[in-house]
Amino acid sequence: MAAIEILGLEKTYMVGFWRKRPKRAVQPLHLTVEEGEIFGFLGPNGAGKTTTLKMLMGLVFPTSGTARILGREWTDPEIKAQIGFLPEQPYFYDYLTAHELLDYYGQLSGVPAKDRARRVGEVLQKVGLTDIRGVQLRKFSKGMLQRAGIAQAILHNPKLVFFDEPMSGLDPLGRREVRDLMEQLKQEGKTVFFSTHILSDAEALCDRVAIIHKGELRGVGAVEDLTSTVQGKVEVIWQGTQIPASMRALGAECHVTGDTVRAVLAENQQDAAIDALRRERIRLIAITPLRTSLEAYFVEKLQPSQTPSGRTVGTAV
Amino acid sequence: MSARIIHIARNTFREAVRDRVLYNLIAFALLLSGAAIFVGQISIDIERLVVINLGLTAVSLFGVVIAIFIGIGLVSKEIEKRTLYTVLSRPVRRWEFIVGKFFGLAGTLVVNAFFMAIGVFGALLYVAHKFAKPDALILVALYFIILEFLIICSLALLFSSFSSPLLSAVFAFSLFVIGSFADDLRGFAGLAHGVTRWFTTAAAYMVPNFSALNVISAVAHQQPISAQLILHNTLYALFYTATALSGAVLIFERRNLK
Repeated sequence: MAAIEILGLEKTYMVGFWRKRPKRAVQPLHLTVEEGEIFGFLGPNGAGKTTTLKMLMGLVFPTSGTARILGREWTDPEIKAQIGFLPEQPYFYDYLTAHELLDYYGQLSGVPAKDRARRVGEVLQKVGLTDIRGVQLRKFSKGMLQRAGIAQAILHNPKLVFFDEPMSGLDPLGRREVRDLMEQLKQEGKTVFFSTHILSDAEALCDRVAIIHKGELRGVGAVEDLTSTVQGKVEVIWQGTQIPASMRALGAECHVTGDTVRAVLAENQQDAAIDALRRERIRLIAITPLRTSLEAYFVEKLQPSQTPSGRTVGTAV
Repeated sequence: MSARIIHIARNTFREAVRDRVLYNLIAFALLLSGAAIFVGQISIDIERLVVINLGLTAVSLFGVVIAIFIGIGLVSKEIEKRTLYTVLSRPVRRWEFIVGKFFGLAGTLVVNAFFMAIGVFGALLYVAHKFAKPDALILVALYFIILEFLIICSLALLFSSFSSPLLSAVFAFSLFVIGSFADDLRGFAGLAHGVTRWFTTAAAYMVPNFSALNVISAVAHQQPISAQLILHNTLYALFYTATALSGAVLIFERRNLK
């Protein structure tokens, strides 16, 4: 069963003084997220990531389309007991302490009173807020608020967690901890759907990603597939600083770094390159397919493409 | 009542307490004790009248000001600060949120009124040295003041569900002032003719009739309050509150939380 099935969700706001000018925030979006995967929803600022998440959370009503979450209609309020949500740059009731906040959210999520105190203690420890559990949130730094936000999202042990820019406001250590936490959630069998514009986080964490730009889905697929050898090139690394003429004849682009040489050449020249190095008795260190970085793929997908009718479209992988 | 409504109401009450809303009780206590001492020194035989008038009017005004200034931010502040996102992403219906907020604010005002009522009775005891049987009517006046709070809370919530805090405050306070003269407005409507009569009558009956809920002067003069008025005011306040709350829910159910 798919964890999330988005079936043509679309949002158009009416803007201007008389609210007569339509502005499409999200174009009809079709997307499926499988259970147990970490799914990255990527896009630059203003791409429509947060609007999509808000539609799924029932905070914003779509202009058209529907969605299913964990096999049920996304408008079913009871499904929310199995969902965790961290909004972008979260704010909380600042007159509450971290412990009181989580206790309150536990009550709203229907966590039984006998389990609540234990569960609150566990998540506070998980996000590193145990020592300041009695401090009012108005005294929290941005990073601490983000941790409290993550704690409230996982408090009720949801099957599916939505994180909107979860690394925002965190220092490098905090980002590492959040990455670890997301991997831990995946190991526990939970589905994680998170939006980000930090591609290194997505590349390190995600099983699959989708790229959205100007409200339009531009690409979706497994990270491994998107970063595959689409250029048809290999990288050859050998010991020393010598660059044989035969290698240059193969069209290799060579760069000397310290006591190694890195050469990039066409995949079909791979065997010829190995032979050339053997003839010169040069020690080969590695041959690896040259992978496109997620960043390169992302940048490529942000470029508009044209259909014969002139309409700009995205492509799915 | 849904457990979630109780949790939201309790949290709203806690917010009011922690935001030091109940500190107004100190100002009220100072006002009343000062007035009681002052009245005790300068009035002859009307101490009781002055203390009841002043005390109950202060209970009403303090409560109305709190109801408006907390009520107008109950929804809009949650949207502005985005605290609502983490509440509505849980199994909480939007109507439960509105109703929970209403009960939280109403509870705050009832607790506030309870402590103020103790102050009024204390001041009365100070100037009159004993309670008289008609003083029980003060409880009826307090009950009507609480009914007034319920209406104001629901109106503030209604305005807060679609408008900014500033505009909500203007709307709610204007309705309070107009509603305090609702009887006069109805009298004026009776004198008008044609389309004007139709409009003024409609307006007079649409605004909340706070003048019917104000029996402070009658109680101070020890005039009896009929059971019929108590029943009528109770039903009127409950109907008006339910209507305004339903309006707030209808608007909020359709609102995009951008």
